[in-house]
Amino acid sequence: MAEPLVKKDDDRDDEEIIASGSEASEARSQFVEDNFVFFYGKFVVLKSNNGVIVVPPSCMVDYSPFMGIEKGAVLQEARVFNDPQLDARRCSQVITKLLYLLNQGETFTKIEATEVFFAVTKLFQSKDTGLRRMVYLMIKELSPSADEVIIVTSSLMKDMNSKTDMYRANAIRVLCRITDGTLLTQIERYLKQAIVDKNPVVASAALVSGIHLFQTNPEIVKRWSNEVQEAVQSRAALVQFHALALNHQVAMTHPLAVTNCNIDMESLISDQNRSIATLAITTLLKTGNESSVDRLMKQITNFMSDIADEFKIVVVEAIRSLCLKFPLKYRSLMNFLSNILREEGGFEYKKAIVDSIVILIRDIPEAKEGGLFHLCEFIEDCEFTYLSTQILHFLGNEGPKTSDPSKYIRYIYNRVILENATVRAGAVSTLAKFGALVDSLKPRIFVLLRRCLYDSDDEVRDRATLYLNMLGGDDLVGETDKDVKEFLFGSLDVPLVNLETSLRNYEASEEPFDISAVPKEVKLQPHAEKKAPGKKPSGLAAPTSGPTSAVDAYEKLLSSIPEFSGFGELFKSSAPVELTEAETEYAVNVVKHIYDGHVVFQYNCTNTIPEQLLENVTVFVDASEAEEFSEVASKPLKTLPYDSPGQSFVAFEKPEGVPAVGKFSNLLKFIVKEVDPATGEADEEGVEDEYQLEDLEVVAADYMLKVGVSNFKHAWDNMGADCERVDEYGLGVRESLAEAVSAVINILGMQACEGTDVVPSNARSHTCLLSGVFIGNVKVLARISFGIDGPKQVAMKLAVRSEDQVVSDTIHEIVASG
Amino acid sequence: MESYPTVKSILLLDSEGKRVAVKYYTDDWPTLSAKLALEKSVFTKTQKTNARNEVEIVMFDGYIVVYKFIQDLHFFVVGGDDENGLILAAVLQGFFDAVGLLLRNNVDKKTALENLDLILSCLDEIVDGGIILETEGSVIAGKVATNGLDSTISQALATAREHLARSLLK
Repeated sequence: MAEPLVKKDDDRDDEEIIASGSEASEARSQFVEDNFVFFYGKFVVLKSNNGVIVVPPSCMVDYSPFMGIEKGAVLQEARVFNDPQLDARRCSQVITKLLYLLNQGETFTKIEATEVFFAVTKLFQSKDTGLRRMVYLMIKELSPSADEVIIVTSSLMKDMNSKTDMYRANAIRVLCRITDGTLLTQIERYLKQAIVDKNPVVASAALVSGIHLFQTNPEIVKRWSNEVQEAVQSRAALVQFHALALNHQVAMTHPLAVTNCNIDMESLISDQNRSIATLAITTLLKTGNESSVDRLMKQITNFMSDIADEFKIVVVEAIRSLCLKFPLKYRSLMNFLSNILREEGGFEYKKAIVDSIVILIRDIPEAKEGGLFHLCEFIEDCEFTYLSTQILHFLGNEGPKTSDPSKYIRYIYNRVILENATVRAGAVSTLAKFGALVDSLKPRIFVLLRRCLYDSDDEVRDRATLYLNMLGGDDLVGETDKDVKEFLFGSLDVPLVNLETSLRNYEASEEPFDISAVPKEVKLQPHAEKKAPGKKPSGLAAPTSGPTSAVDAYEKLLSSIPEFSGFGELFKSSAPVELTEAETEYAVNVVKHIYDGHVVFQYNCTNTIPEQLLENVTVFVDASEAEEFSEVASKPLKTLPYDSPGQSFVAFEKPEGVPAVGKFSNLLKFIVKEVDPATGEADEEGVEDEYQLEDLEVVAADYMLKVGVSNFKHAWDNMGADCERVDEYGLGVRESLAEAVSAVINILGMQACEGTDVVPSNARSHTCLLSGVFIGNVKVLARISFGIDGPKQVAMKLAVRSEDQVVSDTIHEIVASG
Repeated sequence: MESYPTVKSILLLDSEGKRVAVKYYTDDWPTLSAKLALEKSVFTKTQKTNARNEVEIVMFDGYIVVYKFIQDLHFFVVGGDDENGLILAAVLQGFFDAVGLLLRNNVDKKTALENLDLILSCLDEIVDGGIILETEGSVIAGKVATNGLDSTISQALATAREHLARSLLK
């Protein structure tokens, strides 16, 4: 409004401009506020020089019906609620003002809120529908306490059964908002009726209230599944939607509660609305029972063509769980999987299906033959090399154990003829496996392998040659039957990256390559600055094999130090452990190197102060809490300038072969010289100083290398029970099963196999498969069964197999004392 | 984690970002100052855009905000950033259309404040505790004006339904 604000003098013949532009409208509003007297209907009465003026609303630019509103005044006005003759319109206006105040952030004290609430309850006497609606809004805003609620309960219950639809719907919502458990049981029967009310607004109100109530009173809401089921069939799309949402929520936590709805939900799979269909399928897959499985599969087949790959994968995984739940139904579920495998689909999708079939074959013995057969058919026509090779590998492991292994030969050999080199090589290995395990097939395998000698690819020919020699039993290679099987089926002991690096390091000479010299530990995250100073960046390691180069680097570094060269082979180097907090003057972390009879602490130090140069840096280690250790050597760091990390070492002797533990306190000692940052020159003289570091511990897990095995069962069986020890332990009350499992894994420092470190939520029991290599190069396997009961007491049965009885016992001691 | 869409908040602000009517359905902004900060943030981030013809969308701080402006009123619907934007837009459009019907196309701050009871009832009929009840503007307005007193509104609703029916038959 561009009109300036003018002031006229008493004669009204002279004007003075007080304000103009946007200031004018602000000035106007301020004027109105300052001189406000009251509203007269829609007119505003303002003070003026000679009395009052009455201003129509059209003149008020920033006019607001709530101008000058004040909480106290409105609360006073609310007294009209107590009038025996209620003026509905007036009462509505007062409530609107109260709601406005609350909406603008005004708060009521407890007393004010209670008084307003009591006054509002009187308004139930009025039959005015507009007023009733405002009453509902007000009650929801005031959130009355339990004893206040009682006053309105009967009025609201009456409204819940009113002929007026608006009353029924809103009364339900208000009641459910303010109700508690006991009241809820009283009104439950009305809510159930409301869910199937003809009026969709009423039904939705009840269903949505049910969704809210499920958070606090799930057992009660569960009981409504029959009515909810009916609502799912409603003609009103929104009612269907709300009913499904409630059903789905109940199904997530109480799947059995909604099973009786399943039959009707199945019809929704074909619903035109894909959101409804999707929601229905997800619920059904979680809650399906055995008898409905066949029917479900037929319907889902049609459904699958409509949805995207990502969701198909979810469905496939759900079907896998369903099959594991009902193993007797494997046939129809396996058929379903093989059918969708035949259809169009991307790599991830097909991989998910193949993985599911493999799991079913592993866990349901009766499904094996059929499953393998489906996989064979699949590789006849599979466009993904990765999947073909995986399946061939799997066939090689499982096929020979079946009742008629010869069935599979044809499929496998066809791959040798028809596919690319990678798949052909895989097929050759698979043929060899069959030959190794099934004597009756050996002659025919020989014939086939000999044909492979003429293949165009090197790898294929090499493999064929190798296997022919092995299986031929010529004794040229000196292999026994057991060796052959170990070669074909055993897992690779060493991490592939380490093997690759060692091979690259190997220089052709008289001495053959020694695989037992390959370090077994894979470093997960070496810090870049901790690599040995002598390491060439362009050397062996490409960035991707970073982990190996650190292991290598440590070995090289340590063996170059004469004091440590006599310690023998390095067993394990720990990950760096910080001994200082972040952003301190000197940053120090330590790597623990474990040998058979020694440990070496490598302290990686960084000086973060540009004005200092440290010299003769050593670490003074107090081993009084580590009785089995005695210091034998210490190698100081000559100079530690700003921002150039360096290492200092301290070596301890310990009893050989014993996994000794202890606590060590560390004090950094050095000579500090001032440096002029401008010139970079240091003083001649320095001052001795020390810096306290945090303690470090050597624990049992430090003596364990995390080495996984790909096929735990195979390794377990092969290990044999000669050096087995089994015992049970109570772990006391724990936070959760998952926490207990991970605590035990950490204490042992072993590698979890086949994903058994992941504990499903709500699981009452879990089996963990661990493997590792203990100091002395002893392979260790552990099978641990956990169980948790109501009061969260966890019990554990630990079975350890290793190549050495002493080691198996040691593992148990570690757990017992941990 | 629910499987159904939820609304975190619906805001009706004036052309200076001050509240006309607001509803919050979650505890994401527990204090009054947090709420006011959100409103200020939402308002300033969208101030310079032109959302008068179509619903617009903006994402920040882990929230999705859909909005539309008319005269001196700014309509906002806020959801989580994993929420379906189309659904939030449907809620916004429903609110917008219902207000238009209830205020008989005089959609400005003055009229809104003069009919605040209708606006608050309207909000009440769209979302209950975060769950969407209805997104169709004419249905929402119908639920609010079920008094039957206001014949002009019922007429407007009837016309609106006719239009809808005709457009479906096209």
